Amino acid sequence: MTRTLVAIGTRKGLWLARSNDRNTWSLDGPHFLMREVPSIGIDTRHGQPRLLVGVRSEHWGPTIMRSDDLGQSWDETPEGAIHFPEDTGAAVERVWQITPDVHDDDVVWASTEPQALWHSADRGETFSLVRGLWEHPHRPEWGAGFGGAAIHTILPHPTDSAEMLVAMSTGGVYRTADGGESWTASNTGIKAPYQPDPWPEFGQCVHKVARDSANPARLYAQNHHGVYRSDDNGGTWTSIAGGLPTDFGFTVVAHPSRGDTLWLIPVTADRERVPPGGQLQVQRSSDAGASWMTCSEGLPAPSYTCVLRDAAAADTHEQAGVYFGTRNGEVYASVDEGESFARIAEQLPDVLCVRAAVLR
Amino acid sequence: MSDGVRIILPAVLRELADGASELVVPVGVEAVSLRTVLDTAFVTRPLIRARIRDETGALRRHVNVFVDGQDVRRIGGLDLLVGPGAVVHILPSVAGG
Repeated sequence: MTRTLVAIGTRKGLWLARSNDRNTWSLDGPHFLMREVPSIGIDTRHGQPRLLVGVRSEHWGPTIMRSDDLGQSWDETPEGAIHFPEDTGAAVERVWQITPDVHDDDVVWASTEPQALWHSADRGETFSLVRGLWEHPHRPEWGAGFGGAAIHTILPHPTDSAEMLVAMSTGGVYRTADGGESWTASNTGIKAPYQPDPWPEFGQCVHKVARDSANPARLYAQNHHGVYRSDDNGGTWTSIAGGLPTDFGFTVVAHPSRGDTLWLIPVTADRERVPPGGQLQVQRSSDAGASWMTCSEGLPAPSYTCVLRDAAAADTHEQAGVYFGTRNGEVYASVDEGESFARIAEQLPDVLCVRAAVLR
Repeated sequence: MSDGVRIILPAVLRELADGASELVVPVGVEAVSLRTVLDTAFVTRPLIRARIRDETGALRRHVNVFVDGQDVRRIGGLDLLVGPGAVVHILPSVAGG
């Protein structure tokens, strides 16, 4: 039997939703009550799944917790899993992303506020700073979006272990082709409408990037106004916002196994962060952004909530499940790839992060 | 009465100290800095240290430390000299919603 796990990180704790059929869900939680959970990694590469969770207390700071029994018990590395070397003079504010590698089963990547990328060779028990990006000459000019000065996207390349893409708000997209030693800004074609020069080399407020599952050179980016696709591994970007109700939003999710299929959750505008027309909705494309379909069956209207950049995910079933959580504490699931949604959790704190996995 | 410095932990941190509600840091006759006292207290308990101070050594913004009832941020911070018999309270600030 396969089970589906949806991990829900909120402003005040973690909940774990489980289902054997994706229709009936049990909700377990809260874990880490009154601590925010902005990042979750579900590592299914080994026999026993490992949960890695970025946890942060307003009082007691950030840490990474892990569980090898699906949340029945939690461990914390005695010396702390992630902290800046003394010479940097920096301190981790928040762990924004935890991403199992696609080449080495023991490697896990993490990213933080302030903007830093981290490498773990022991399945997330200890992390070391990726100096090549930390010492990038652009660093002093990277900015802080309202969410904080963070790297929020980590995309290892599925066929080349030396390649990786990261993205930050604000700063934009950066790529390495040499295993993290050197990094190049990769924002050609992405507009920064809030800057005097709207086409800078870097400084874009990219909200989230997803990689196409069939064509690794194809990427999708939801920007702070602007939705883009790259067909050359991030070298250049072109708009795919035509046909969308709005080009603002925070999240983008690519289908886990079918190329050219992706989902966005649109937000009216920078200054109007509510669903377009008051209808909570998902936009789906099956042709890499050439056309869009509005998916709203089962979603509420009027709605004045918002979905944050990491609060959406897909599972890896052949018919992918799509999940997202809202700032008013509701979580919705679709088992027909967005045709319709059902609410699987409500009355939670603001949802910051959703991750889904199939457990076999 | 101890000759050391007593450190009173908030309930939320006691599980990281094997349930202890307070720790005693032996000090000599000479006063030492609060920084040294905290470093000594948590040298074998790095997770408590990380809850109270970030990796640069700074006190976390919403953690308050009192020495003999006074907020150390107003009387010298981590450089404050403390001597035998001093009582250090570590408390979360009033914050959140």
